[in-house]
Amino acid sequence: MMMKKEKILAIKDLSISFQTSAGEVNAIRGVKLNLYKGETIAIVGESGSGKSVTMKAVMGILSSNGKVNSGTIDFTYHQGDEAVKVDILKLNKKQMRKSINGKRIAMIFQDPMTSLNPTMTIGAQIMEGMIWHYKTPREEAYKKAVNLLELVGITDAEKRMKNYPHQLSGGMRQRVVIAIALSCDPELLICDEPTTALDVTIQAKILELIKEIQEKTGISVIYITHDLGVVAKVADYVSVMYAGKIIEQGTVNDIFYDPRHPYTWGLLSAMPDIDTHDDKLYTIPGSPPNLLKKVEGDAFAPRNIFALNIDTREEPPMFKISDTHYAATWLLHEKAPKMDMPAELRTRIDRMLKEAEKDGK
Amino acid sequence: MKKYLLKRIAISIVTLLAILIILFLMLEFMPGSPFNDEKLTADQIALLNAKYGLDKPVMIRFFNYVKNMLTGDFGVSYTISKNTPISQLLQSRLPISVRIGGQAVLLGTVIGLILGIIAALKHNTIWDTLTTIISVLGVSLPSYVFALALSYSLGFKLQWFPLLYDMANPLRSSVLPTISLCMFTIATVARFTRTEMLEVLGSDYMLLAESKGISGFQLIVKHALRNALIPIITVLAPLIVGLMTGSLVIEKIFSIPGIGSLLVTAIQANDYNVILALSFIYSAMYIGIMLVVDILYGVIDPRIRLAKGDKHE
Repeated sequence: MMMKKEKILAIKDLSISFQTSAGEVNAIRGVKLNLYKGETIAIVGESGSGKSVTMKAVMGILSSNGKVNSGTIDFTYHQGDEAVKVDILKLNKKQMRKSINGKRIAMIFQDPMTSLNPTMTIGAQIMEGMIWHYKTPREEAYKKAVNLLELVGITDAEKRMKNYPHQLSGGMRQRVVIAIALSCDPELLICDEPTTALDVTIQAKILELIKEIQEKTGISVIYITHDLGVVAKVADYVSVMYAGKIIEQGTVNDIFYDPRHPYTWGLLSAMPDIDTHDDKLYTIPGSPPNLLKKVEGDAFAPRNIFALNIDTREEPPMFKISDTHYAATWLLHEKAPKMDMPAELRTRIDRMLKEAEKDGK
Repeated sequence: MKKYLLKRIAISIVTLLAILIILFLMLEFMPGSPFNDEKLTADQIALLNAKYGLDKPVMIRFFNYVKNMLTGDFGVSYTISKNTPISQLLQSRLPISVRIGGQAVLLGTVIGLILGIIAALKHNTIWDTLTTIISVLGVSLPSYVFALALSYSLGFKLQWFPLLYDMANPLRSSVLPTISLCMFTIATVARFTRTEMLEVLGSDYMLLAESKGISGFQLIVKHALRNALIPIITVLAPLIVGLMTGSLVIEKIFSIPGIGSLLVTAIQANDYNVILALSFIYSAMYIGIMLVVDILYGVIDPRIRLAKGDKHE
């Protein structure tokens, strides 16, 4: 019997703008996102597409010039057996810090070299959250911190408790950051490019670690990344963001094997793989639109070789492809001319599908 | 750490000796002598020189001086207060300067820190602007302007505080000089605190601390201020020495019997032992406070502590 999946995060029509000296930047223009308990969602997109800003809004740590113009972020957490639903955007900063941050939603940041306080020991930084939120007695917090360090794969945990961040390597520090994030048993973990600043060998280890922890604790995870390799490894669902909007979302298989939005095609084509024989690495032409100006039509249209006339005039709605797969492109409209993804991408996907079959997936 | 400390103390002693030598040589090259009363004949001056040992070569005098100094004997005053031992001269004056200076340092640092923190937390608001104005005023206006303004308003018009320093009522009468002295410290500390706090507040680890849910006092003091303090201490050290060793102008305005005014009088009167002793005390205080600051760095910033440990162990 299938249990009904529990929705823990529901972002609706979120739009955020930033006041800058040049004017108002509409960084987020109507984001919609759902996350169910125990699942992993990856938000991908190039720099400036609004991935981090969306998640900072969930954490209530938007910079002071950011303004939420509309939308709701419904978050469901558990207090005992009871499920409590709150709109994060309606909480003030004090309530946010007291009842959500760290306690129920934790975040892992991009650069472990700078995200730990250089004047506090590792142990103190891990214990701080527990003592702050739950008034955990020191000995108990200490024991739990040591356990957490062991959980994230740090050897000599007792000794490391007394270390300062600068005495650890980047990979170790990121493990500490993960331990800090897990210290209060949150229900949602947001990973903001957790492996970007690490070298490749460590990347895989950290991703596996997060996956392992997820299996053990049943925590829901949101990844923010521009690395499609990470997405393929960890995510159940993928949301592709462009210019402050989600333009395609679906399961990993939907996005990797059956992409529909020309931007997703571009992203996938730009990912090199071993069997690519082209001399040139494909890149998406042009650069993202300036969000200081109001976007007319489809924001991706100027860079899109598949753009239709209507793309310059009207923004495409989300078209449903399957129960899990949605994309915002006029190409999916019934009256649109039939257009297929670039031939090279087609052959690559076919190749990947064959390999996947061979592996018996 | 212990080895490091010993090394630092040894270096300090050598530095002090070097300072003494340079002082001795400079006094030697100074025109005139302590005994330039027109009524004195050449014979009498020679007699006086012989009495105080001033007829001997400079090297011998230097060694005698150091030898006496080690036993706590700084010699006697030649002119200002004839034949009074320097230690006695300083005994009454040094504590007054140090106390008023200390009060000013304490007050200035505390107010400066608070102002700087407020300015950083309320960045780009009226509070920030106000702090900037105070900082600019404090740095650009000399202390005697504040001294005169305070004397006139709080001292003369409102009569809240005495206009002159009163040995019988040291606390009340030191209020005005303390405030006038601490303005510069307030301004400097506030400016530095604001800059450093702004930088720390924008750092990744503050974002992490906030995303942990930490807020209020703990966030600002434990996470932000401690990291911001490191550069602030560096600018604080010379300020402390400057204030503790007395300010000539402030001592003159409030007629405080401190060491600032004593030094100037001594230089004008060629009173070698007084000059030597005071300069030596200044240097010793400076070196001592620098040593304390370096140790404080290690206490506040573990990166410095351990780097030192690694190097010297």
